[in-house]
Amino acid sequence: MIIFWQTLAKAIALGSIYAIMGLSFVIIFKGTQVLNFAAGALSMAGALFMSILVVDRGFPFLPFTNPLAPADGETAGLALWIVHLVIVLMIAALMGLVIERVAIRPMVGQPLFAMAVITLGLEIAIRPFNLDATAISGRSIGVPWGTETWEIGGAIFPKSYLAAVVAAAIAFVAVFFFYRSRFGVAMRAVAFDQEAAMAQGINVGRVFAIAWALGAALAVLGAIFFAMSPWPPAGTVSLEIHPIWVFRVLPVIILGGLDSVAGAVAGGLIIAIFEIFAGQYLSQWTSILGPGYSTIVPYLVMLVVLLVRPYGLFGTEEIRRV
Amino acid sequence: MLEVANLEVVYNEVILVLRGLSIEVPEGNIVALLGSNGAGKTTTSRAITGLLDNHEGKVTKGSITWNGKDITHTKPSQIVQSGIAQVMEGRRCFGELTVDENLATGAFTNKAGQKKQYERVMELFPRLQERRKQLAGYMSGGEQQMLAIGRALMAEPKLLILDEPSLGLAPLLVQQVRDVIKELNADGMSILLIEQNAMMALSIADYGYIMENGKVVMDGDGKKLLGDDDVKEFYLGLHQGDDEDSGRKSFKDVKHYKRRKKWAS
Repeated sequence: MIIFWQTLAKAIALGSIYAIMGLSFVIIFKGTQVLNFAAGALSMAGALFMSILVVDRGFPFLPFTNPLAPADGETAGLALWIVHLVIVLMIAALMGLVIERVAIRPMVGQPLFAMAVITLGLEIAIRPFNLDATAISGRSIGVPWGTETWEIGGAIFPKSYLAAVVAAAIAFVAVFFFYRSRFGVAMRAVAFDQEAAMAQGINVGRVFAIAWALGAALAVLGAIFFAMSPWPPAGTVSLEIHPIWVFRVLPVIILGGLDSVAGAVAGGLIIAIFEIFAGQYLSQWTSILGPGYSTIVPYLVMLVVLLVRPYGLFGTEEIRRV
Repeated sequence: MLEVANLEVVYNEVILVLRGLSIEVPEGNIVALLGSNGAGKTTTSRAITGLLDNHEGKVTKGSITWNGKDITHTKPSQIVQSGIAQVMEGRRCFGELTVDENLATGAFTNKAGQKKQYERVMELFPRLQERRKQLAGYMSGGEQQMLAIGRALMAEPKLLILDEPSLGLAPLLVQQVRDVIKELNADGMSILLIEQNAMMALSIADYGYIMENGKVVMDGDGKKLLGDDDVKEFYLGLHQGDDEDSGRKSFKDVKHYKRRKKWAS
């Protein structure tokens, strides 16, 4: 039973991280109809900024030291760490704005496929920075609770689990209310009919910019929580974040429905539950199933769901009046 | 007052759609813009509201002036802000948004007056009140048309452009749309009514323009146009005399109407 609870907690925590990442995809896709393939490199770069600010106390290539950083040899306290997290998310939003302005805005009106390929190009352009920054060793992001755990009735729960769940809950609520706000409604209007939205006086460019800023911030948030202790490789920002986006988060949002906020959360949890539980409970069959079998389980789930509901669990059905 | 002078619009850099169109919408008037398919009516509304870019269209000559300000190359959002709203052809409601949210998008440039306009729209269209939380995509054509008009009104426009508001509506609903237009006009709003339904449009218009091939071929008082024999023949389908072998004529053949306004400027 202990193992079951530990597995469940792990699945929910990982699902929360997938959900945050899924929300990032959904916001950008819903706002601009573009799948952001640059999310991997972008989010890792953001997580590296966190490391640079909190652990290195300043940018190595700039004559700048972080005045807020904790003293040498100490890790940041919780409050200070959260302050840095907010700063990093703002930097991430800024990166999103720059990307939108430089790479996406000039492509408005071009085929969506071309835009998707542009984001793929961005991914490749940002990667060298990530490679350089982690060339010598993985980088810590100075988590205040480090690898600490709680022990409840013999079961061990890393504190990072709770942190991930809280972060996902905050992200979900924020996105939920954003979609009911003035700009959120405008964003959904643009997604439905861009020209009609323009005719209402909605500034489509600004809507795109906001979508990218929010999407980038959420992507970085997801990457930061993935860089904590129980996840591979042991609580550092690493290049493992790149495949996560393509091989995990994409199934998550396809499962949930590409344009659904609730779908991103549900999809994240479902994918993580299947992945973690299959990894835990089918491990005695490894000789038959082969090593790494748990990584394909989410795809099987996705396949079955898509057969029944082609637009995903919560995706928008095409509205047709009969 | 809206003035369109010698407007020339080209799509894809080759297709000339408007060839020197000139119309005027004086303040507080209802002006009807009539014409058959492909005459350039919708292009005119796109040009005025700045939506040509979406269709690879460009204004190559002429100008559009709104209350003395040149708005020929202004962004759509600024045009809406300056007081010109439009009801697009085919309604174009946001199907995945509720009625309330649809109306909210209309007030994007008019945050201050949102509440006041919302009440006004509900008063004009009590039907929308019942459907407030419903997704627009599931509503009937008539309700969607009301929503589209209501959405445009949320911006508190001084000039409302309606592109084919009677398209695909039952006669009773056309009547209703007509009454709403009259009511809005009575409140002082200028209306540019783009229609194929000449009878409906001219019956309420102070002034009418008839377009063909991208230019105005005839204009005059609404009542006068309604009584005009040629208008009757071409737009109301009332043929006179021997129409056995003459077939449908073009306005171009009716020599004395062929003219261009203000060509010299």
